[in-house]
Amino acid sequence: MAEPGRYVYAVCRAGDRAEVTDALTGVRGVADAPVGVLDHATLCAVVSEVDLAEYGEDGLRRNLEDLGWVERVARAHDHVVGAVSTVTTCAPLRLVTICSDDDSVRAKVDAQRDELERTLTLLDGRVEHGVKAYAAEPGATAAAGVADEPTGTAYLMRRRQETATREAADQAAADAADEVHTQLRELAIASRRYPPQDKRLSGRRERMVLNGAYLVDRSATPELEQAVAVLAERHPQLELELTGPWPPYSFAGGEPS
Amino acid sequence: MTEVSARGSSRPTRYGAPTQPATLADILERVLDKGIVIAGDIKVNLLDIELLTVKIRLLVASVDKAAEMGIDWWRDDPSLSSSAREDGSRKLERENERLRRQVEELEAQRDGGDG
Repeated sequence: MAEPGRYVYAVCRAGDRAEVTDALTGVRGVADAPVGVLDHATLCAVVSEVDLAEYGEDGLRRNLEDLGWVERVARAHDHVVGAVSTVTTCAPLRLVTICSDDDSVRAKVDAQRDELERTLTLLDGRVEHGVKAYAAEPGATAAAGVADEPTGTAYLMRRRQETATREAADQAAADAADEVHTQLRELAIASRRYPPQDKRLSGRRERMVLNGAYLVDRSATPELEQAVAVLAERHPQLELELTGPWPPYSFAGGEPS
Repeated sequence: MTEVSARGSSRPTRYGAPTQPATLADILERVLDKGIVIAGDIKVNLLDIELLTVKIRLLVASVDKAAEMGIDWWRDDPSLSSSAREDGSRKLERENERLRRQVEELEAQRDGGDG
């Protein structure tokens, strides 16, 4: 490699080094590189080599414009963090955290030791679940009746009624989504509500009304699953989708609500 | 108790529908502007990441890329897909849509006039 740099995926406690190394055996990171563990005092960093021609400042500026490139890196990043998370707690770093060499990785870890330790304590033994709620688009089935010759007043009245029905259904779906979030939030150690994904992004015809992330103890996963099942029954107008367990990305940085 | 593995690539459980693998949108939402920010030696402009996040939210991607991502909602959307458009019943639906829009415009004009 002409100009090798280090891609840093996550930071763990040094005491877990053996398990982490084990979990990473055969795992490939970004650019299909083998992934290793770099010890530093009480912490260790999960790293792999990258070519700075591709992952340097110029390369990144260019490559971040390329959704295909971003997808490959994001999936590899998630794959590595996921592999580590199966065996222990780690603090996931943001995508494309890149250092020039091992010494630099150690220096950066040192510089943020307090924050990393705090994060590891918060995330210890915990996982993240995503819960999304979709509401069927109201009024979508009304088109059939309109095929009759539309005549003045009758048509206008039907239009008004449709609008009122749609508004009421929208409000009901929003209220139900709020209630689902409130209930799940009570079960969770922390929660975060993402903006609902655009239909084009979700790939669904139904409108997303809730896109939540919930941090729970790993052992509480069945409890959360059950709560989602109960809420799905209570709110038949919503379709609930549960994802995870994820590594607790959403709670690793910033201030969760 | 069953040991639950923590994998981002695990499958979502959708109540009342078949399961699907974790979507790219879900992954990007989590890895792109979340996680601990360590100032690496390579400066990644935070604005670039934010812009990228916005772009991805709006899905400024090519149709081919979207298809690769498993997003193919346009295939049966008459306003976007010619094969769906040729379907006769779709044509009628579009005609109805057009009429509704006209009525809506007229309603708006009338309501505005009442003001």
